[in-house]
Amino acid sequence: MSVAALPNVRADFPVLEREINGYPLTYLDSAASSQKPRQVIEAMEAFYSYSYGTVHRGVYELGREATELFEGARERIAEFVGWDPDCSIFVRNATEAINLVAYAWGRHNVGPGDEVLITEMEHHSNIVPWQLLCEDTGARLRYLSVGESDELSLEELDAVLAEGRVKLVSVGHVSNVLGTINPVEEIARRARVAGAVTLVDGAQAVPQLPVDLRALDADFYAWTGHKALGPTLGLLHGRRDLLEDMRPFLGGGHMISRVEREHSSWRELPGKFEAGTNAIAEAIGLGAAVDYLATVGMENVRAHERELTAYALERLPEVEGLTLYGPCNLAHRGGVVPFTIEGMHPHDVAELCDREGVCVRAGHHCAQPLMRALGVGATARASFHVYNSRGDVDRLVHALRAARAVFGL
Amino acid sequence: MDALYRDYILDHFKNPRHFGTLEPHDLDFHDHNPLCGDELGVHVRVEDGRVADLRFHGQGCAISQAAASITSGELIGMDVSEVEQLDAAWVIDQLGIDISPTRRKCALLSLKVMRGATTGDASWPE
Repeated sequence: MSVAALPNVRADFPVLEREINGYPLTYLDSAASSQKPRQVIEAMEAFYSYSYGTVHRGVYELGREATELFEGARERIAEFVGWDPDCSIFVRNATEAINLVAYAWGRHNVGPGDEVLITEMEHHSNIVPWQLLCEDTGARLRYLSVGESDELSLEELDAVLAEGRVKLVSVGHVSNVLGTINPVEEIARRARVAGAVTLVDGAQAVPQLPVDLRALDADFYAWTGHKALGPTLGLLHGRRDLLEDMRPFLGGGHMISRVEREHSSWRELPGKFEAGTNAIAEAIGLGAAVDYLATVGMENVRAHERELTAYALERLPEVEGLTLYGPCNLAHRGGVVPFTIEGMHPHDVAELCDREGVCVRAGHHCAQPLMRALGVGATARASFHVYNSRGDVDRLVHALRAARAVFGL
Repeated sequence: MDALYRDYILDHFKNPRHFGTLEPHDLDFHDHNPLCGDELGVHVRVEDGRVADLRFHGQGCAISQAAASITSGELIGMDVSEVEQLDAAWVIDQLGIDISPTRRKCALLSLKVMRGATTGDASWPE
């Protein structure tokens, strides 16, 4: 599937009609957060305009309608990644999904002498919750290293698992900095053989890859809607037996079956983990987003991102002094291109790109341990989604050349 | 000419004044900008209550590096009590360019570490 096969997609994103500083908006920061198609915006507007009511309570028509729309969205979102809707829990974002597991599972299953295994390429959201868990429980946090090819080593994983102390492996499906697509099916399989539970952080994967959680077969899978063309709403998918055994994370309304003066009993899944009023419109918006992605076809999205990444890796080295990071093997790489320019700090690169309407991220990308492993303080990063084109890469190259000229390079 | 990246800003970025380490020193402080990871430290030598000499060190963007370099000449010779009184407006005036909200902490990092060294106050300058 070529880029030309997605001709009408760009027109679906109203924000792309904007100009920034007299230039057409060139949005290359989808790994941070994606733009939204009008189908998502209209679904949320229609809900607020005509069908708004709270869910799971009202006996009146609006309440029934809102509940149908909300639970219907959950079913379609769960189907989109191949999981049981009852075991698909709405949370605020991927960070909250990981924290849910760290608190509701970790605090009761990890103890002194146990180990939690993560990797050097994790986002802070898949580091800090485990640091807190280890501080609270006396467990040890260990890291798999990022090798020279910017990929993980299954041999190193096996060696750490063989020591027999790992209770949990938590690994990103796709690195938000390097774009590395990790072999998470194989990691989950090996962890299970070693008696460890696996969590996969899919925040960068669900937006750009076909994801089938039944085939992947991890114990927990976290992701977030706002990078997948939807609103700010996260998902935690989990194995039913684990979720049923876990204590609730947050207590409050809706998550209970019965409340006595001294104790309570819990609602069945997924309500047990959804205390308080849900983000109803966000769920409906995310339902529209996965419908949109399913219509485009995730295989096509992946092919599109791969082609754009290849084009960027071909063109960016034309900019003098530019260093690229990330795997060379495009089969193991998502639509993320980190780079630095000799003699310029990434912040200044991003500021000067903005002069030509080109939005790129600069900084540590919430991955400071990885930055130290790479030996750089910060990088600039371009990332893609369905609405990007080769022309966007061309405009980036132009903006980078202009930026170097400002710096007298 | 660019409104932000003026020639003298880029000159201070490329050829920072009073940059490196200072041994021996009486005061030191090191901090970073949590938004972008820029890091800056300072060594200060004090004689008779005055800043006798200083060196900034670290890595960061043109704005944070230029702010450290431009202000370093002004800071040397100041009474430590004067340093304690310096505020954000002083740094931005020294820089001589408009600073947008997104670059404000870049501009203020050097004063933050200088105040941290002289007063122990690690808060962002107002």
